Amino acid sequence: MNQPNSQPHLGEVSGVRPALRDRHSLNTPHGTVLTLEDINVSFDGFKALNALTLYIGVGELRCIIGPNGAGKTTLMDVITGKTRPDSGTAFFGETLDLTQMNEVAIAKAGIGRKFQKPTVFEALSVFDNLELALKTDKSVWASLRSRLTGEQRSRIEEVLTTIKLENQRQRPAGLLSHGQKQFLEIGMLLVQEPQLLLLDEPVAGMTDAETEFTAELFKSLAGKHSLMVVEHDMSFVGAIADHVTVLHQGSVLAEGSLDEVQANDRVIEVYLGR
Amino acid sequence: MSAHQAISLRVAQTLGQRRLLGIGAVLVTIFLALPLLHLLPAEHSLHISAYTLTLVGKILCYAMVALALDLVWGYAGLLSLGHGLFFALGGYAMGMYLMREAAGDGLPAFMHFLAWEELPWYWTGTEHFLWAMALVLLAPGLLALVFGYFAFRSRIKGVYFSIMTQALTFAGMLLFFRNETGFGGNNGFTDFKTLLGFSISAPGTRATLFTLTVLALLGCLYLSWRLTRSKYGRILTAVRDAESRVMFCGYDPQRFKLFIWVVSALICGVAGALYVPQVGIINPSEMSPTNSIEAAVWVALGGRGSLIGPLLGAGLVNGAKSWFTVAFPDYWLFFLGLLFIVVTLFLPRGIFGLLRKERS
Repeated sequence: MNQPNSQPHLGEVSGVRPALRDRHSLNTPHGTVLTLEDINVSFDGFKALNALTLYIGVGELRCIIGPNGAGKTTLMDVITGKTRPDSGTAFFGETLDLTQMNEVAIAKAGIGRKFQKPTVFEALSVFDNLELALKTDKSVWASLRSRLTGEQRSRIEEVLTTIKLENQRQRPAGLLSHGQKQFLEIGMLLVQEPQLLLLDEPVAGMTDAETEFTAELFKSLAGKHSLMVVEHDMSFVGAIADHVTVLHQGSVLAEGSLDEVQANDRVIEVYLGR
Repeated sequence: MSAHQAISLRVAQTLGQRRLLGIGAVLVTIFLALPLLHLLPAEHSLHISAYTLTLVGKILCYAMVALALDLVWGYAGLLSLGHGLFFALGGYAMGMYLMREAAGDGLPAFMHFLAWEELPWYWTGTEHFLWAMALVLLAPGLLALVFGYFAFRSRIKGVYFSIMTQALTFAGMLLFFRNETGFGGNNGFTDFKTLLGFSISAPGTRATLFTLTVLALLGCLYLSWRLTRSKYGRILTAVRDAESRVMFCGYDPQRFKLFIWVVSALICGVAGALYVPQVGIINPSEMSPTNSIEAAVWVALGGRGSLIGPLLGAGLVNGAKSWFTVAFPDYWLFFLGLLFIVVTLFLPRGIFGLLRKERS
């Protein structure tokens, strides 16, 4: 919160764009990885998302905040294909229409998601969890004859070190602490190599040291990946975000740097100034 | 845990595995020796009667069903209460061939009773052994493929899935009970004479069928072991425990479930095809819902998700059944129920779980 971001965010990230386009096939000529326009979702008359419009730039780290019921999780559900919007457009890059794709196709296209409650495969070892998430051919046939290459193995080892679980690799994931599970799930996202990472309350239940480490990790990921982080922990948001979106009753209430939105009268009214 | 402890644990595991392999090797040797003993002259002291050989052969077929059910229930979390249907379809396919063989150039006997003039179209080619064997796989395989495709596409899970499989086998039973269906109605198929020209009741035929059953069971066990130890098997357990996470990793759970579901149905089909010539009869009661539920009891009792456990479960329950139904015929079902309650309450991981615990 001590680094107000005066630059327009799209301009800031445009430098990393060409490299990204070479590495992946996602079509992002205007530097926007995610385009949501006029999205409406209602559940039995309750408007979970109301004419929501949101753009996320390539390489951007965006934080989404808002009171409970503001529509943050529904927003993630729409992006990942779990919920179909009643109306509106949702594009990943310029060409992929998310409203026409299912969860699997969206994940394959390069959107990774971390759930609010840490969700790992509890019966499998830490290493196996990462192996399953690893970016590779994910058909039934490929999985029947799959063997890890040396390169893939060292990629997993590298991520194990990053998330500080290198001494737990053979442990069943179900036996990990809450914070370790959070890190394992983040690690699974890393090996999946998505272009856009959606993270729902990634530091919930983490110690201060773990939170600090996560902030460093996310900052190092931005630029190479685009991140959308939903978080309640304002000090964490302050530590990582250059751009914050405030949701309220299913639509965008304010957008800007954390300082700007914290100074916004309407935001103070509905959320921060309680 | 210190490195030392880790090593001793590994040694213990290896020893356990070795012992397990040893016990398995002894059992396999016994099973392979049984048919040879059956070939001994009847007055020889080591002679095994046709009754015993058939009984053990029958239980081995049931063990294959238990194995198939463990694949879908233990590893993919799909409790099927309709696996008896796939077993029966495999059996009926084999039965069609045996009926044609027994009838020679004429129609199978039950069709004469119905005053049918010609064979229904779906009996075409069943006089050829190879086509009948193809049907053993095709009938349960295609049914499982179609049913599984729609069930998994509609994301039917848990108890709803179980109820649907139960309804499916019940529907199959009602269909096969009808004379018009063309499978002998109520009586099914019996009075088989020969198989590939060999008398079905000759000791040599019985011994061969028994040996084939043992080999088929071993083959299916090896296949299942490879499947569950592969990355595919790990994804399957992941689907069982956190399906939506698997989807967001980029795997399509429907296809992973459908594959194991069809493999499981195929194993049941093969088991049914081996069962019918040994037992000498197939009728719609094999499709009765209680048969499929009983298979779930074998798996739960033996310990699901272990492959070996369900084999033990099938062997123990059916062994006990054949003894109980002779010794205390009225109490068999009570005993089975009691067994199931005791195991669910005290042995959540079944008999195999108990063995494992003692070893460690």
